[in-house]
Amino acid sequence: MKGEKAKSDGAKSDGAKSDGAKSDGAKLQGMKYDILIAGVGGQGVVLASRMLALAAMKAGFRVSTAETIGMSQREGSVSSHIRIGDEIQGSLIPTGQADLLIGLEPAETVRNLPFLKKAGKTIVNSHSIPPASKPPGSPEYDPAALLAFLEAHVPGILCLDFTQLAEDAGTYRAANVAMLGAAVGIGMLPFSREIILAVLETEIPEKHRAVNRAAFEGAINKIKLSSGHPDREQKVNLNV
Amino acid sequence: MTEKKLLMGNEAIALGAIEAGVQVVTGYPGTPSTEALETILRYADRCGIYTEWSSNEKVALETAVGAAYSGAKVLVTMKQVGLNVASDPLMSLTYIGVKGALVLLVADDPGPHSSQTEQDTRAFGHFANIPVLDPANPQEAYELTKLAFELSHEFEIPVILRTTTRVSHSCRDVELAIAEPAAVEASCEGFTKDRRWTIFPRLTAERHPWLENVQVQLSERFSGLPYNSVSGSGKIGIIASGVSALYVKEVVKGFEGLFTLFRVGTVYPFPEKAALSFLKGIEKLIVVEELDPYLEEQALQLTGRAHLPVDIYGKKNGFFPVSGEYNVDIVIDGVNKVLADLGETSRLSHASPAILRGELPPLPVRAPTLCAGCMHRTVFYAFKQAAKQLKKDSQIETIFSGDIGCYTLGNAFPLNMVDTCLCMGAGMSIAGGLFRTNPEVKQVAFIGDSTFFHSGIPAVVNAVYNGADVTLAVLDNRTTAMTGHQPHPGIGVTALGSPSKAIDIAGVVRSCGVEFVRIVETGNLENSLENCIEAAKEAMEFKGPSAIVFKGKCVGITKSGTRLTIDPEICTGCGFCVKQLGCPAIFLPAGEDKPLIQDSCSGCGLCAQICPSGAIRESGVKK
Repeated sequence: MKGEKAKSDGAKSDGAKSDGAKSDGAKLQGMKYDILIAGVGGQGVVLASRMLALAAMKAGFRVSTAETIGMSQREGSVSSHIRIGDEIQGSLIPTGQADLLIGLEPAETVRNLPFLKKAGKTIVNSHSIPPASKPPGSPEYDPAALLAFLEAHVPGILCLDFTQLAEDAGTYRAANVAMLGAAVGIGMLPFSREIILAVLETEIPEKHRAVNRAAFEGAINKIKLSSGHPDREQKVNLNV
Repeated sequence: MTEKKLLMGNEAIALGAIEAGVQVVTGYPGTPSTEALETILRYADRCGIYTEWSSNEKVALETAVGAAYSGAKVLVTMKQVGLNVASDPLMSLTYIGVKGALVLLVADDPGPHSSQTEQDTRAFGHFANIPVLDPANPQEAYELTKLAFELSHEFEIPVILRTTTRVSHSCRDVELAIAEPAAVEASCEGFTKDRRWTIFPRLTAERHPWLENVQVQLSERFSGLPYNSVSGSGKIGIIASGVSALYVKEVVKGFEGLFTLFRVGTVYPFPEKAALSFLKGIEKLIVVEELDPYLEEQALQLTGRAHLPVDIYGKKNGFFPVSGEYNVDIVIDGVNKVLADLGETSRLSHASPAILRGELPPLPVRAPTLCAGCMHRTVFYAFKQAAKQLKKDSQIETIFSGDIGCYTLGNAFPLNMVDTCLCMGAGMSIAGGLFRTNPEVKQVAFIGDSTFFHSGIPAVVNAVYNGADVTLAVLDNRTTAMTGHQPHPGIGVTALGSPSKAIDIAGVVRSCGVEFVRIVETGNLENSLENCIEAAKEAMEFKGPSAIVFKGKCVGITKSGTRLTIDPEICTGCGFCVKQLGCPAIFLPAGEDKPLIQDSCSGCGLCAQICPSGAIRESGVKK
């Protein structure tokens, strides 16, 4: 996993400074890093994608996003594409090119797997959200089977109940921010946790800030803790 | 001093408009265009810009036209379907022209993600003789907005800035010329009486040659603009505009010797001079564009006229899909088809995914649905019960005609309460037509509050005037919910937040001559469902047009009440609540027989009112 090394020194982004980026690791020439966030309308997919985009800019990269807004928000499947790198192209990540898939929900993670590149990494929230209604012909939702599928087919998956983790920090709604904490905690983002924390300060309304910070830090700590002592519910195999 | 900001395409357009000195902004919300006007609203006070949500797009354009006749710089925003509503004034406006500057932002929705059509606004530009600029990303959207104002002012003609979803709803680091928007010019020339402003056949005849001449001048001007650019050196040309041009750039990377790309940023009038010089340097042409084969037709015409021996590959000969949103993969497939046809050995390759789509396990369908606690669910359910009763008592069937808004989601399983849906404001009038052809069937039409003001009122007038026996249910949730909670004429607050006269929907319906008009509050009554069913029954039994205004609140903008819970001791596991309502807060865990109520419950109490065993009650937990 080269996430830790994906830093901005090599980015030629119109002379923008890469002050906050981590200074260890190799340079990434012609840097390109595609992240896909998938979830259910209402889970905070758009907010998480904005935070990543702002963090990328802060780290001196160019960035482009494509977000789902409108009808599909209401309990439907949503996804956000975040493309970080020197050269901005279309805002949609092509099939098989995402470096990282952040899945806020098991079924939505599986649905978006074709976007992930062969050596891509996945972080998945094991907390499932069943569809609001089961139209005739819709397959049964079996979250356990889907999580097993993910573990069997995607090497280097990080699976955790981020909703529970966020709930413990104060609100289940902060699962999105907790997942960003996990992503940066295991070095899967091309910028430092300090940069995301700075973005959190500006993007999350003051009254929710403390709880989101707690979810963010909580996820980082939990990852650190369990990578030493892997427990049953968590599977870390990231070669970090 | 320039500054880089993360901006959505729509936000970039708003900032571009403010920099261009826009003084009046009007529009009607519609995905994917809405955020442009909403961004202007954030700066309206500070910069001195008059901004309004108009009752529909035609009204928005006409209001803007009045301001532009007075020399003001104006922006009108809408989605592609909204342009149809505004098309009547638009077609005449081109002949008359404007004084200050008038820019129409029209957002197209290939895909479509949240629209009734996949129509192409470039065709409207061509049809109406209005220049169309087609930005590829938020940076270009910002720059082309400023150019649109310049062109409109210089040529005294309205200009369309046409975006697509992946431009409107894409965020990017945008380099702005001005860090913070400054106040705009407060005054304009004012209206001067002149025969120029009154369209008559004679004026039209006089202006038509002028209008045609402007197209020629603009085509000439566009040919020299940097937004139309050529890159690469190959004998196979590719022409593309908007976000498709970015997909092409992405796929031809490393193949610059094989292809030459002509990116068109100003699509109508077609920049013929620039296009001709590009076409003369190539042997084959691939056209890559979402929606209509507009560029393809322009290229066919031009090569024909200039006798250029260039074969053209696009939608018309089946090399590219004629519908749907494009992406890099679709473009790769299309280009490879052409390469194969040409006998070329090179192929563009797809990235290899971790897992192919065909290898995925079965996944549950996750369709959008009405929110937990949405008042519309109560009303739909009530009408469903009333219709059942009517069928049981008198063997009369009911047809439900829907409309465009959140309540279109009433079509979702298990409610299934939308039998027809065509366009905004059409529910009531379609029901009128169904009444003529199905006299034995009861007709019920649903409409939202914002939609009622958009174009619902004329349909009510028509039903009364022609005696259509239709029951109208106005789903008044006190906002324009689908597009993000914009106020409308029924709210009593303007877009800018100042208090205004609220137009009473029931009063309007009464004044249109509807004799049966009821108001039912859906929210604050213990027995709201019972009241809704009762009112629905009475209205449906009434002979002649009848109306009920259901007044409630959108859960998206109101505080939730006390959450409900299911007592597992009392619950019999009949599944009635799950099967009847489709409420996203009620959930039956796999392998269990008793449902649970989740965090998203907002305490509307509908499930408690229908539970046959009385197992659902308040949990005491406030959300």
